[in-house]
Formats: sequence, structure tokens, C-alpha cells
Amino acid sequence: MNPFRRSPFVITAAVLVYIFLYAPIVGLILYSFNASRANVTFEGFIPAFSDKVVMDGSLVLSSPCGPFHWYCDLAKNNDVAEAAGNTLTIAFIATIISTVIGTMSALALQRYNFKMKPFSQLALYIPIVIPEIVMGIGVLTLFSQFFGWANETFNLTGDARLSLGIATVTMSHIAFMVPFVTLVVQARLQGFDKSYEEAAMDLGANEWMTFRRVTFPMILPGIMSGALLAFTLSLDDFVITFFTNGPGSTTLPIYVYGLLRRIITPQVNALSTVWILVVFFAVLLLQILQNRDSKQHS
Amino acid sequence: MLQRLRENKSAQGMLLALPTTVWLFVLLIIPLILTLVVSFGRRSPDGNVIYSFTLDNYVRLFGYSTDCPDGQASCFDPLYMNILGRSLSLAFNTTLFVITLAYPLAYFIARAHPKQRNMYLFMVLIPLWTNFVIRVYAWMMLLRKEGAINIILGWMMNLLHIPFTPLEMLYTPGAVLVGMVYEFLPFMILPIYTSLEKIDTSLYEAAADLGANSVKTFLRVTLPLSMPGVVAGTILVFIPVMGTFIVSDILGGRQVILVGNLIQRQFLDARDPTFGSAASLILMVMTLIVTYFYTRKFGFGEEIVVA
Amino acid sequence: MTNEFAVEMRDVVKKFITPEGSEMAAVDHVTMRIKNGEFFSMLGSSGCGKTTSLRMIAGFEWPTEGEVYIEGKAMGHTPPFQRKVNTVFQSYALFQHLTVYQNLAFGLEMEGAKEEEIKNRVGHALEMVQLTGMDRRKPKQLSGGQQQRVALARALVKTPDVLLLDEPLGALDLKLRKEMQLELKALQQQLGITFIYVTHDQEEALTMSDRIAVMSKGKVQQMGTPVEVYERPANKFVADFIGESNFLEGKVKSISKEEASVFVPGLNTEVIGMPISEGIVKGEDVVVCIRPEKIRIAEKNAVNQNMFHARVTNTVYIGADTHIYVDLHGTKLKVLEQNRISRLDPKSFYSVGQEVWLMLMPENTLVLKKD
Repeated sequence: MNPFRRSPFVITAAVLVYIFLYAPIVGLILYSFNASRANVTFEGFIPAFSDKVVMDGSLVLSSPCGPFHWYCDLAKNNDVAEAAGNTLTIAFIATIISTVIGTMSALALQRYNFKMKPFSQLALYIPIVIPEIVMGIGVLTLFSQFFGWANETFNLTGDARLSLGIATVTMSHIAFMVPFVTLVVQARLQGFDKSYEEAAMDLGANEWMTFRRVTFPMILPGIMSGALLAFTLSLDDFVITFFTNGPGSTTLPIYVYGLLRRIITPQVNALSTVWILVVFFAVLLLQILQNRDSKQHS
Repeated sequence: MLQRLRENKSAQGMLLALPTTVWLFVLLIIPLILTLVVSFGRRSPDGNVIYSFTLDNYVRLFGYSTDCPDGQASCFDPLYMNILGRSLSLAFNTTLFVITLAYPLAYFIARAHPKQRNMYLFMVLIPLWTNFVIRVYAWMMLLRKEGAINIILGWMMNLLHIPFTPLEMLYTPGAVLVGMVYEFLPFMILPIYTSLEKIDTSLYEAAADLGANSVKTFLRVTLPLSMPGVVAGTILVFIPVMGTFIVSDILGGRQVILVGNLIQRQFLDARDPTFGSAASLILMVMTLIVTYFYTRKFGFGEEIVVA
Repeated sequence: MTNEFAVEMRDVVKKFITPEGSEMAAVDHVTMRIKNGEFFSMLGSSGCGKTTSLRMIAGFEWPTEGEVYIEGKAMGHTPPFQRKVNTVFQSYALFQHLTVYQNLAFGLEMEGAKEEEIKNRVGHALEMVQLTGMDRRKPKQLSGGQQQRVALARALVKTPDVLLLDEPLGALDLKLRKEMQLELKALQQQLGITFIYVTHDQEEALTMSDRIAVMSKGKVQQMGTPVEVYERPANKFVADFIGESNFLEGKVKSISKEEASVFVPGLNTEVIGMPISEGIVKGEDVVVCIRPEKIRIAEKNAVNQNMFHARVTNTVYIGADTHIYVDLHGTKLKVLEQNRISRLDPKSFYSVGQEVWLMLMPENTLVLKKD
């Protein structure tokens, strides 16, 4: 009996679900080449290359970039560039901070008992079980009330005025990401044999040296997983960012959302396609690295 | 001093956990407490909070209204209860559909050749890693009157010589359901896959050896052993659906209002943070109640997969 | 080496809190003095306190009461990296992410040694354990036996005064284990440093040690050379734990410093033996302990004290020895006879039911307290 045999029912269902998963994405990519600027129906690919953009009503007849017209359009869009920059900045800073403190708390929870422990565990547990929007408006309320009071009391005006922006978004992201980092690193720590650390100390390494030369390299894969997860969460986040951003701190997801409520040209599709491709290659790269890493260790 | 610290293990642990705990206390615990406090407040004319203690917001949520027909002093306005109910039923329906679609695919991947499994999983992960907002937008394009689905349907109907008017799929509750199912499908596929994959294949052989056909084997062996995955997936789907507002915003337009939309609007359009806080708290409580009873009955399904 | 004793434990107590919340003493008032240059073993089954004692010497645990001394200095709460002892771990604890060379170099780097010196010492250590040429490999690429040697070399490369070994041979198969036992003993004698060895395998302890501490329930039951511990067990526990013993209960009829006469109801006669436990008095209930190999099956009519008439119930051939099970008035005894003659002829065995005479020398008949 072939252990890998599956009934035709299962195979058909699987194929259908895969189609369900990819059809919208395929449509999205296709429409990024749409000749029609109104982007309501697909009017075909932009046929010709020319020096200048030639339009007929809402149809693009020819363009310097040909079928990739909307991608060129996208490249010229400064708002997108700014949003992308913000998104990456926030993600990097939030990832670094949340990975460091998340690893520390994972070590604390896994290996020590202290009076504050139940409280820390509860605090780490909450963001995972409550809807993001509850956290989002909570932080918004905190910031708006605090900023309101601080601006009044200290008479802050102009640039000194406290308001929502990159800082608030980053801080909120960290709060949201730390539980996940802690979870991942803790899972990795569970299998960790303490005798490695004892051996290091036995050989003359103090606590810091032991951590640096033995513990840290050994849990590094777990930390990297946590960091990667955190980075993704920040990059993709919509809800919390939605409630904590201000002018000048728009991220890509917020920007796209804004576009969707106004004019939708194929540029949005181009942006989406680029995003999808970047993610695709990043995941592919990750898988290759993981495969290579596990091969080295076997 | 270092030696004192060395001897006090408890202090070491506390120091390590301190940054995270402080951070979460300030940015999670305090906001939640603040939300509670604000929910008992009143709205100031400029959209700010007047701190007091009144149950007005909650009373209003549960249906007490003073804006009544026929000059009555007070009456029952089910508006907000309806929103709550609609959200619950949407979450429930979404979960059901998601399980129906996810299970066969998870099963397919779990029983595939080990070398192929990674590829199939990869194919599930790609849409997941694509941004939420983009995926919703993609459905918006498909469901429009001029969208691909109508085009294909029209073409099929034409072949069968049946007259066809394009369906109004966008801005309906159905569209929101489809959107939600699409968004959260991968979150169910992965946990179910994980728990299916853990099943020792020799169990299938044992079942066959004892005389069970494929259906019986599935019902009596596979399904029960995959329950932890289903439970984990349900928690990963149900809770977010309750709180999502983008899907209903973009795919439902102004027609479909869920709790998430209600809260969002209170904070942005209506500028009544007190009412929004009350709604948010009710949402949180409901979520916690559902999670509590669900995990009591079904266990906690530790297969919470980290992609 | 200024001190006579490399390591001392003075009335050490180590208490732990069990998961249920009660206090438990893993080490219960243990005093041990380990001499410089000796091969010292702590022997006992799991939970007897031997590993905890070793860990307190290494510095991974601190005593609840009492004190650990290394080279005459009280250790107090000194951390492991400040103690001049090194450990070979039961699980080897080799750093998986480092090569063999880097594993050995680790301890030297912590000392601040220069690269030239490290290279020399590592090379020398690898030679000592016959692993020259393996320096580039990673632990995962080595066999169990090789990993064990790396763990040993890693500890020895630091030339410690005392080497602690925590059941290092447990994971090896029998043949390899026996080879390594001889190698370790030879190494210790060659290097002249103190080895403190923890094991549950009595044969291992008897083979390798200069002295053994037999432990049970957190206490030292007896401390002495292998011969002392085997031939003169201090109490019933040691007599039972080490080797095999026949135990007979009886009451002391008369006692002097060299001799005790015990009436054994099970044999319905008096037995002359050697009092081992201290403070045995006339009329006391005691236990008589006789090892199987010390019982001689004699010709009829040989005159001796401690001569008994018995019936053979079973014989088991083990190759080098034969175990003979006998019955005297309902009391069962086991006798061990070396197969000095070939057993090819079945008639060379005692037959079941055969009547034989058993002879016991008084100095091999140990009288112990019945605790």
C-alpha cells in the first residue's frame, strides 16, 4: 500500500483550495498591466513604447515603459517611497528592541523563579488572545490622553508638541511583538541542556563569557526565528499602526488602505505585485538558507 | 556586589524580565485599564473624555435608547446588539468554512511525500506573507460587477444560452464572509497540517490491518488525532475575525458593520472615545469568554504554529 | 600541593525543595577526605547523593550546611570558574558549535593563554587520549567513545589538581567501557593527579579505585579500599550492595573482640563469626553475612567450626564459576565454586538432592548489626 496515496476527493479539494488561494493574486498581478487607468475592466496590455505617455480618455495607448507603465509610475511616487521607508525603519528598530528584551524575558521565564513571574507571564499572554483592535485603541487612548495632558501642562507647541508619529508606532509595535519573540525563544530554550553552561563555567568562563561563547551561539537560531517573526509582524501590521500613526509616519499598508478609499489606478496593483514578489523571493531565500543550515548540521 | 547578584537567583530573573514587563505594563496593561476607565466617562463636546462614572455607554450598547419613536421616554434599540450578534455569527461561519476548506488541503500536504511537503507548505505561505490589505483589495477586484468572477460566470452562462445579469457581489455580507475566509484560511491550514503530520503513519496501517476502510480510518483515527490542530486553528481564526474591520470596511462598504467597524468609527468619525472604549471592552470580554470555554472543552492545542 | 588532602567535605548537608514543597536532604552530613594523587570513587545507586556531592566540589551547587575545602581552602560560594578543578560530564557537554580543537582550547582561552601555548597544550592533550588528527572535526561527527575522550581531554588540558568524573563511561558499550576503565586508571597513575569518580557500577569502582565511598540516602555508609569494603563491609547495606551475600539472622550468645558466637534459628545451630559492627552486645539480634565464594563444600568428616549438613537444590553453570543453591533446614544459601576442573562430564556437578557438607571459616563469617 502506497503510504502517500490520497483519494481523488482529497486531491481535487486540494487543487480547488490552491486555486482559491491564488486566483485573487493572479488577478491582481494581471491587472497591474492594465491599459485602462480607470482599472475597472481589463483592457489589455499597453502595446507600444513611446517617449511620452499617450492617452485616449482613460486608456493608455503607449508609454515609455510600455506594458510596465504603472511600475514606472510607481517608481516616481514619492509617497510610496516615504511609506516604504517608514515601514522598514519602524520594522528594524522595533525588531531589534523586541528581540533583545524578548530574549531576555524568555531566559527569565524559562530558568528562574521570581516574585514578578506570574505577572510577566500574564502580560505576555494577553496580546496573543485579545483582538488587535482592542490593543490598538487602548494605546491610542493612552497616547492621546497623555499627550493632551503633557502638551497642556508643559505648554508645548510647534515641534516640541507631543503627537502621534513614528515613535508611537514603533513603541506600540514592540509591545505587540515581544510576546511572540518570547514564545519562540522560550520554545527553543526548552530543549537546552544546562550542562553546556556548567561545562563552560567549569572550564573557567564567568557568567558573561558563558553566555557569549556558549549559550548565545546555541540559541541563536531560535533568536533569529523570533526576530524574523517580529520583523514580519511589524512589516505587515495594519491595525495597531492605523491607530497610532500620524502625519509623516504612514506605512505601506496604511498607504494602500488610503488609496483604496480614493482612486484606484493600476498603480496600486503594481505596488501590490512588487510587494508580493519581494516577499516571494525573501521567503525563497529563507528556505534555501534554512536548508543549507540544516544540511550542515546533519 | 556582583557576588551578591550571583547568589540571588531570583533577582537575576527579575532583572532579565524587567524591561519586557515594564514595557508591556505601560503599553498594554495601562491602556487596558485606561480603556476601562474611559468607558465609564462621558464625551466632551470636542470629542475628548470627561472622566466620571456613568454606565451610559454600556447601557446604550445593550440597547437602551432615549431616541424613541412615539415620544416614549426609553425603548429598546437593538442596533448595537445586532452588530455584536452579526460579528459573532460571522466569526462562527468563517471558522466553519475555513475548517471545511483547510482540512482537505492540510490532509493532502500531510500525506504527501516528505520531499514535496515543503514545497506545498511554501505555496500556502506565500499568500499568507502577502500583506493583509493587498489580499482584501484583490478580492475587491474579483467581486466587482465587472470583475473576473462575473466575467467568467457570464461567459459560462452564455455558453449555456442562459440570460445573465452580472451579480452584485461586492458590498454584501457574502463578500465579507468570502474575504474573511480568504484572509484566515492559511491560519487554519498550518495547525491542522502540523497535528496531522505528527500522526505516526503506522497507525493507518494498523487500522487497515484491523479491518477499517478509509472512511472508518479517517473518522476513528485521523480526525480525533488532528483535533488539537483544529482547536489551535479555531482560536487563530475566531478571535481576529471578531476584531477585524478592514475586510468589512473595504468589501462590505457602509452596508456591513461589525464590532470592529463600530469601534473604529467611534474613535475616528464619531469621535466618541468613551463609547468606543466600552464597545472595545465588551469585544475583549466576549473574546475571552469564548476562548475560555472553548479551551476548557477542547484543550489548548499547543500546535500554535510559528511560521 | 601543600595540603595532604586535595578535597575535603566537612559535615556537608545539601537540602532541596521537592516539587511537593517539602525539604529533602540529598546529602546528609557527609564528611570525606580525599588524598592528593588518589583515585577516589563515590559509589551508590541513583539518588544516593554522590552526584550532588561531586557538583558541590565542582561549584555548581553550594552546601546548605558544612563546607567544601579544596587544597585546604574553604570554597564557600566560590563559583566554578574560580576553582582549580575540572569536570568530565556524564553527557560530555561538548560544545556542538565548536570543533574538537576549539573545545579543548576553550578552557585555555579563558585562562588567557597565548595561541602558541594553546596549540601545544591542545596537541599534547589530544595525544594523551589518542585523538591526534581529530582537531578539525565537530562533536557530531565523532563516535560515542571518541566524544568521551574529547570530554576527558578538554578537562585535562587545563592541568587541574583534581579531576571530577561524573559517570563518564555510562553511555559506552560493555567492551569499550572495560577498555576505558583500564585506560583511565593508567592515565591517572601516569599524571599523578587526584581523580574523584562517581559511578553506580560497583565493578567499575572496585577495579579502578584506591578508595571507595559507598553512599546511600545521602550518607556515606563506608569508606575504604576496595578490599576493605568488599571483605569487611561495615553494615548490612554495604554487604548487600557490594558483591553478593548470604544473610542469616540470629542472636548473640557470646562475644569477645575477635569472635562472636551467634545462634541462628534457621540453621538450628550456633555459628562462630567475626564481629564487624561496633558495639555488639550479648543477647543482641544480629545478621550474619557470608559471601558465596567463601563457603567451601567439603569432604565428609573434615573437622572444623561452622560445619553444616545441607542438600543441593540447584546448580547453575556460569562458565568460569558454578552457582550451587543449597538448603539447610529450610534456610537457603548460595555457594559459588570456581570451575577449576572441566565440567564436560555431567557427573562433575553436584546433583539435585545430593547431601553435602558446607564449611565456613570464622573470619569470613561476618557478624553485623541488624539495622
